[in-house]
Amino acid sequence: MTTATTNGALSFDGIGMIFPDGTEALREITFSIDRGEFITVVGPSGCGKSTLLRIASGLLEPTAGSVEVDRERLGYVFQDATLLPWRTVRQNIELLAELHGFDSAERKRLSTAAIDLVGLQGFENHYPKSLSGGMRMRTSLARTLTLKPPVFLFDEPFGAVDEITREHLNEETQRLFQSEGFAGLFITHSISEAVFMSTKVLVMSYRPGRIVASFDVPFGYPRQPQLRFDPEFALLSGEVSLALRGST
Amino acid sequence: MTTIPDVTRPGPEDTDGHHGSAPDISLEADALVHRPPPGASRSKTMFRAAVPPLVLGSALIGLWYVISYVILEPHRRFLLQPPHQVLDTGFLDWGNYSRILTALWNSTQVALIGLGIAITIGFLLATMMSQAKMLERAVFPFAVTLQAIPILAIVPMIGFWFGYGTTARVIVCIIISLFPIIMNTLFGLQSAERGMHDLFTLHRANRLTRLRKLMFPAALPAVFAGLRISAGLSVIGAIVGDFFFGQGEAGIGQLLRRYASQLDGEELLTSVIMSSALGVVVFWTFGWIQKLVIGKWHETEVLG
Repeated sequence: MTTATTNGALSFDGIGMIFPDGTEALREITFSIDRGEFITVVGPSGCGKSTLLRIASGLLEPTAGSVEVDRERLGYVFQDATLLPWRTVRQNIELLAELHGFDSAERKRLSTAAIDLVGLQGFENHYPKSLSGGMRMRTSLARTLTLKPPVFLFDEPFGAVDEITREHLNEETQRLFQSEGFAGLFITHSISEAVFMSTKVLVMSYRPGRIVASFDVPFGYPRQPQLRFDPEFALLSGEVSLALRGST
Repeated sequence: MTTIPDVTRPGPEDTDGHHGSAPDISLEADALVHRPPPGASRSKTMFRAAVPPLVLGSALIGLWYVISYVILEPHRRFLLQPPHQVLDTGFLDWGNYSRILTALWNSTQVALIGLGIAITIGFLLATMMSQAKMLERAVFPFAVTLQAIPILAIVPMIGFWFGYGTTARVIVCIIISLFPIIMNTLFGLQSAERGMHDLFTLHRANRLTRLRKLMFPAALPAVFAGLRISAGLSVIGAIVGDFFFGQGEAGIGQLLRRYASQLDGEELLTSVIMSSALGVVVFWTFGWIQKLVIGKWHETEVLG
C-alpha cells in the first residue's frame, strides 16, 4: 500500500535503452510522477513510448539509468485487453487477485467493487468473445483496479476502439484517477486524449526517444466532456501538436 | 453425418437495462455480438444441413445398384452384391452381425487403450518440451521421424518383438496416434499471446501457475484438434495391427482378412461399413467432448 520511494511514486533517472540489434530506443529520460499526478507521454509511432513502460514495469532492463518504483502492486494496462478467453468477465477481473493469493471471498469483494467502478454490472458472466472492444478494455481496467495499484501504467490502451468509445473511456479514466488517487503514466499518440486526462503532457521525439517538451495542464477535475470544446483546451492541444511536429 | 451449425444460440440477454448507475454503457452495449434468435430458423437450418448428404447418399446407393445389376454379369455379381443383400446377410443375420460387432468391440478396446497411452505420453512429452527448449530441440526430429515411418513397414517388426497379441496391437495404435498429440499440444501450449505472458510475469506467477492458468487452457483448442486426428488414427492402427497379428482375441482386422479370403462379399462390406462407422463415432465423440469443454468460450467449428 505505502510506497517506499521518497521522490515520487515512479521516477526515471537517466534511462537509456539500446537494443541488441543496435537500435537506440531511448536516451536520457528523466522525470518522476507523484501520487495525484497523471502524466501522459505523447510521441510518434515507434518512438519508444511502450519501451519506457516495459522498463518501468521491470519487463525490460534499461541499458542505462535506473527506475524507482514499488512493483509489488503495479497496475499495467496493455494495448490489447489481454483477457483470457476461457474466463468470464468476473473470472478475468479476479485473475490478478488470484495470482496475488487473495482468498475467494476477498476476490469476489474486489471484483464486485471493480465491476461497479467501470460499469460492467450485468456482464459478469459473459465471455470475452461476446464483448465489444470497449467493454473488453473496461474489463481489463477493472482487472487492474482490483489491486488498488498506487501506480497505474497505461500502454496506449484505447488505440483500437472507436472515437466515441474512446472519449467515454477517457472520461472514465480521469474519473477513476480522481477517485482512486493513483499516480498515472499514460502512453498515447492522441493529443486530445492526452490533454483531456492529464495533469501534465510530455512530448517524446522520434528515435532515440527523448523528452523534448513538457506542458502543465491547468484544468481541474472532474473534467466534463465539453472541456474538449473549450478554447483554452484547443490552444493547449495546438501547442502540444506543434511541439510534436517539431520533434520528428 | 449431421452437421448443424451452431447459429441458434440466443444472444446476450441484457443488452439494455439494469446496469444501475453505470455511466454511458448503453452506447457500447449495442456493439455486443448478436446471434440470430432461436426457433424460427432452426428447422430450416437442419433441412439445409441434412438434404445435401441425403441426396448424395441416395445417388451412391443408386450407383451401387447399377454396378451390381447392370455392369456386373450374374456370375461375377459376388464381387459387389446389391445393397439389400448386404443388409440381409451382413446386418440382419444376427449370427454374422454379432460376430462383426464382437470383433469391432475388441478392436475398439485396443484403439482406446492405445489412444489413452498415446495421450498420456504425448501430453507429458509436449508439456516438458514447452518448459525446456533443449528438450524440444532434442525430441522434435524423432517425433517427425516417428510420423514418417510407414506403419506397414514396422508392423512385422512390432510382431517380431512384442508377439502377435494385444500388446503388439496396442503398440501399433500408440505409434500411429502419438505424433498429432505431441505436435498439437506443443503448438497449443505455445499459443498464448505475449501480452498474456507479460501479465503473468508482471504479477510474478511461478512456472506451475503459468502452466495451469495460462498455457494449459490456451492449449485446449489445439489439443482437441489433435485428439480428433489421433482418435481416428488409433482406430486405423487397431485394425491394421489386428490384420497382421493373429493371436489373442480377433478384432475386425482378422475378420476382414477371413471374409476376403473366403469371398464373403456381404460380410466383408458389412465389416468395412462398421469399421468406418466406428471411425466416425470416435471422431464425433471427440468433437462433442470438445464442444462441451471449450464450446462456451472458443469459436469452434464442429464438423462430422
